[in-house]
Amino acid sequence: MSAKKLGLKQRYAHMTRGLDWETSYQPMDKVFPYDSFEGIKIKDWSAWEDPFRLTMDTYWKFQAEKERKLYAVIDAFAQNNGQTGISDGRYANVLKLFLTGISPAEYQAHRGFAFAGRHLRGVGPRVAAQMQSLDELRHLQTQIHTISHYNKHFDGISEFSHMHDRVWYLSVPKSFFDDARSAGPFEYMIAIGFAFEYVLTNLLFVPFMSGAAYNGDMSTVTFGFSAQSDESRHMTLGIEVIKFLLEQHPDNLPIVQKWVDKWFWRGHRVLGLVAMMMDYMLPKPVMSWKEAWEIYYTQAGGALFQDLARYGLRPPKYADIATAEAEHISHQNWAIFYQYTHAAAFHTWIPDAKHMDWLSEKYPNTFDKYYRPRWEMWGRMAKEGKRFYNMALPQLCQTCQIPMGYTEPGDPTTIAFRSSRFRGETYHFCSDGCKDIFDAEPEKFAQSWLPVHQIFQGNCGGATIPDVLNYYRLANGADNLDYVGSPDEKLWNEWQADKLKTAV
Amino acid sequence: MSQLASLTFYHNDDARPVIEAILADNPGVQVLNMPGVVKLDREGDIVIKRTTVEERLGRPWDPQEIHLILISMAGNLDEDDDAFSVSWKHPPPFNRG
Repeated sequence: MSAKKLGLKQRYAHMTRGLDWETSYQPMDKVFPYDSFEGIKIKDWSAWEDPFRLTMDTYWKFQAEKERKLYAVIDAFAQNNGQTGISDGRYANVLKLFLTGISPAEYQAHRGFAFAGRHLRGVGPRVAAQMQSLDELRHLQTQIHTISHYNKHFDGISEFSHMHDRVWYLSVPKSFFDDARSAGPFEYMIAIGFAFEYVLTNLLFVPFMSGAAYNGDMSTVTFGFSAQSDESRHMTLGIEVIKFLLEQHPDNLPIVQKWVDKWFWRGHRVLGLVAMMMDYMLPKPVMSWKEAWEIYYTQAGGALFQDLARYGLRPPKYADIATAEAEHISHQNWAIFYQYTHAAAFHTWIPDAKHMDWLSEKYPNTFDKYYRPRWEMWGRMAKEGKRFYNMALPQLCQTCQIPMGYTEPGDPTTIAFRSSRFRGETYHFCSDGCKDIFDAEPEKFAQSWLPVHQIFQGNCGGATIPDVLNYYRLANGADNLDYVGSPDEKLWNEWQADKLKTAV
Repeated sequence: MSQLASLTFYHNDDARPVIEAILADNPGVQVLNMPGVVKLDREGDIVIKRTTVEERLGRPWDPQEIHLILISMAGNLDEDDDAFSVSWKHPPPFNRG
């Protein structure tokens, strides 16, 4: 008679525990030098629970299956010229922003989890961090492979990696991950594992990717959901890490709370880019940012923080401000890009009448009152040959690095400015949230690589716009400016004309 | 205050028997259809029973196959050979081993 097969829980215990050892040639504190300076106290690493109970052998099996499915779709999309079937040529611009702004962040996340996996001394979190590190690398690769097909046809894609390290708005997601990766391993796990993965990435990968499906982009929706299928494991890791830290020692609570506050606000600022993608850049919008925020922050975050209240953790500071900003942020961000379209590696446009009506319907409290009049004015100016470009370099927030275009809470007609003094210098912020983050770690944020400051210091190729675009490897007249009149638009119109001819 | 447990799946043939099993075993579950995805929400918890999925699928089903169809979730997760759940209840709907 054969031996009884082990249950999932026993199998998981055998495959993940007892794999590590107490070092003897070197003290453990030298082998794991980074897991104490943050002040987090761990009494018992073996109390770590991984509820998915995924072992490495099963991990490879499932990931291989996911890859087979994804690449079948990518191949089919390319073979059938799927790019001609998207809703509109404008749609390609979300992919440009995704690949330049988000995909390199996947690589940063890969490196961050490799670091955390190496430097956390408990075997449970190390196995989980190792899997997540591999996942993040997979996400980067699948995104590059998917979007490379669009690169054969559309501008603004080919220099994504070079741009990520240089272009002004790309410093927003880049500095977010630089900040997380230069923190200790526990802060990294709360920043990316909990605040970003659990609380915020749904907003990117669920409603936005559903929007990709709705706009005919079969390949992107497939990589998006394939990535997000790893994400549910990541979310579980995030929730596990916070419960573990809070259960281990009461002294951990204030440290964890400070990180939750910081990384919620930083994540909220980064995701403002996604707000604009959902509300303005999808030619066929599927769900407004405000609706997505309601489902994925107010509802899902509400349930989560209600659960975590038993440890004394409270919802993130300024969550109420972030919720109020959901009425404004996409409109304000798209307006910034419209004004600086000459320095952006994707195209901008004024929403057409039908799209503006959709925005009025989705934003009854704000769109007609504050934002529609501005788009209509800019539309009239463009018709008169006076298309508005903002030629002054903007002041940037020292923390989130976004141009200071956001308004005061409760007053959408006044720009918010905050400042702090540190070592004889004045630093500027877009919000109380960003100012608090700086004030808690001024030595760190005083070193920020701010794109506008770098241009003024002469570190970005020169003093004129063509010099800076050259430094960005941004092809003037092709990658930037309005969609109308772009080579992308010309190509799209040719495809449409071909379709009509074929139909006749 | 409401605490919704939630599971989001691909809207495809692999996920359909799992979605049907959830609808059968979890009274009051709410369904939100979005292009390409289905989000299922229920107050407190959602449980997927292996046997219910297998009745619909007509073959053995390992709860870990959920990795191939699950896109997102909300709740504390628990999983063993016979069931998979997300829950905000304490203790969870079935005990941890």
